[in-house]
Amino acid sequence: MKGRPEGLSPEVEQRPVVLEIEGLTHYFESLRAVHNFTLTLKHGELAGLIGPNGAGKTTVFNLITGVYVPTEGSIRYRGVELTGLPSHEIIQMGIARTFQNIRLFSNLTVLDNVRIAYHPHAGYGLLDSILHSRRFREKEAEMTERSQEFLAIFGLEERQNDIAGSLPYGLQRRLEIARALATRPRLLLLDEPAAGMNPQEIDELMELIHFIRDKFDLTILLVEHRMRLVMNICEWITVMDFGEIIAQGTPDEVRNNPRVVEAYLGREAAVH
Amino acid sequence: MVQRLRQPSVLFLVGSLLFFVLVQILLSVGVINPYWRGILFWGAAITMVSLGLNLIYGFNGQFSLGQYGFYAIGAYASADVTYRYVHNDASGVVVLIGGCILTLLLMWGLSVFLRRFYGVQTITSFVFNLLATVLGFFLAVRFLSPALSGPMLSLLQSLPQSIAQQIVFFLALLGGAALAGIVSFLFGIPVLELGSDYFGIATLGFTIIIKVLADNTDTILPFPEMKGARGMVGIPQWTTWPWVFFSFMFVVLVMRNLLHSSTGRAIVSVREDERAAELVGIDVANTKILAFVVGSVFAGLAGGIRAHDLAFLHPQSFHFIQSFNPLIIVVFGGLGSMTGTIFAGFAWIILLEGVLRLYLPQGFETWRFVIYPLILLLMMLLRPEGLMGRYEIPFLRQKLPPLRKKVQQAIKAAVTPEVAE
Repeated sequence: MKGRPEGLSPEVEQRPVVLEIEGLTHYFESLRAVHNFTLTLKHGELAGLIGPNGAGKTTVFNLITGVYVPTEGSIRYRGVELTGLPSHEIIQMGIARTFQNIRLFSNLTVLDNVRIAYHPHAGYGLLDSILHSRRFREKEAEMTERSQEFLAIFGLEERQNDIAGSLPYGLQRRLEIARALATRPRLLLLDEPAAGMNPQEIDELMELIHFIRDKFDLTILLVEHRMRLVMNICEWITVMDFGEIIAQGTPDEVRNNPRVVEAYLGREAAVH
Repeated sequence: MVQRLRQPSVLFLVGSLLFFVLVQILLSVGVINPYWRGILFWGAAITMVSLGLNLIYGFNGQFSLGQYGFYAIGAYASADVTYRYVHNDASGVVVLIGGCILTLLLMWGLSVFLRRFYGVQTITSFVFNLLATVLGFFLAVRFLSPALSGPMLSLLQSLPQSIAQQIVFFLALLGGAALAGIVSFLFGIPVLELGSDYFGIATLGFTIIIKVLADNTDTILPFPEMKGARGMVGIPQWTTWPWVFFSFMFVVLVMRNLLHSSTGRAIVSVREDERAAELVGIDVANTKILAFVVGSVFAGLAGGIRAHDLAFLHPQSFHFIQSFNPLIIVVFGGLGSMTGTIFAGFAWIILLEGVLRLYLPQGFETWRFVIYPLILLLMMLLRPEGLMGRYEIPFLRQKLPPLRKKVQQAIKAAVTPEVAE
């Protein structure tokens, strides 16, 4: 199958396709940011996307989530074509993402950050909002309860009424993931979740990623710079350079691929 | 029912009711003279406009200079309705209310129809909605008005005069506010796509257009009774304290309830980070339009209230320079604080048109336009977040949900040993 490494376990190959990207190409003016990017993700996989700075990884995320409309190519999520749809509709279909530099609603409380993500499923309309009707109170209580459950999973429940911007960095990362999960995704895109974390925090993060994948039955695509994280938790990895895929394979294959070593791992691999 | 009301709500509602009764008594016995009554009503009207602007700018982050345009629409539309009624013509009521209802129905049908398509272009939706509006009002003028104006007038005249008057006034206010809402919706569809600063300029342009139209109501527009740049006279002076008070409370309550709901949180999230809001599934364009329309409805309502207090409308009072007034009030009171806006709105009028005008020595009245900018300047230097910052009185404040019982107990268990020591 296109866009996947060979030789993954047959059990995985039988699962349904979640995300299918084919021939994705995107230009900023005349700059080619992504060229002929092809990737297929199956249900429940945890895949990595790596590459040097400026290789186009975040652009791929932006293309999937509708921030940019691709110049060419197609993106299908569970069989539905995503190109051209507005971001909020793509998110409501079940794709969630986090950002390279944290983008919380930093003047709002921790709880409100998560409740905002529930808004499309609020279950009450404008009139209920204005009248604070019985329906409003019921749905609001339900929404609050469920958001609190989310916060509890991420160890943030005691801080629910704190202002999000006042949380320490590691907790802001966690809150961002909690907020992404509150949109009820099936596919989660994590953009450098370990940026700025120390080794111990990275260990916790790895546990957390495994935990949420199993708990919420997610498929995860991860962009990351930290080799330790990627090599440890990803089942297979796509390597990009200058907007193109230069290798796809399991962590070990990628580690030993000469093109990858040349393009990206060079110095780091020499040290190890 | 009683259990539902929290203590701050009870305090606020009882307090404002007492205030209402007190002011009514003072008005009746003549302690508040007509001049101060005018100041009070004017303060309420401009505060309503400012609250609308705070919803748009302070809570949704869209910089609008167009609120005086919607204020003008509300004022002229409702004034025209009552003016025609006192001249024994119910066509104003029929056209305005009928046109708004037809337009809203058509727009509703349109939105149901367009929902079936993915990725409808902004310009398409704008054109269709514009056509719906034109069609709605065309039908109202062409068919509803000839058919219903006569029966409506005889119906109203069969009622006791004071009751009919209140009904017409209510419909006029409603129609003015609805028309402001419809226009802001049409205007907002294409223009809210722009970034915040560009949106500000576009809304400024809107205010200028409305002013020019108001200057030419008798030539370009078919409303000779508005008398163009000479100013519209003969509007019945129907605004009374109960009308002012309850319109004001309506605005405050709607805004408070809206902000403390999921819709309100979506509105605020757009201010905080538009991209992030989009990427947690918020329909940013819709949210912006919603805030803009609600804010403009407030402005339209305020326009109706003001027009029927002043009994005279002049295009100059809707000049775009005036449209900075609500902006000053909102920034002065604190962006994103309802309390601040309410306080600053009344303070601004009372200071500028009340105290300074009356107590500056004769011949020095114009100095108030030196004094108040100085106050503003000092304010921005000493307290740039505005008088109130984001402070809210308890009634208007968001109710923070308590921790879940389980967590409360866990915290208690963790803390108790220390307390025992």
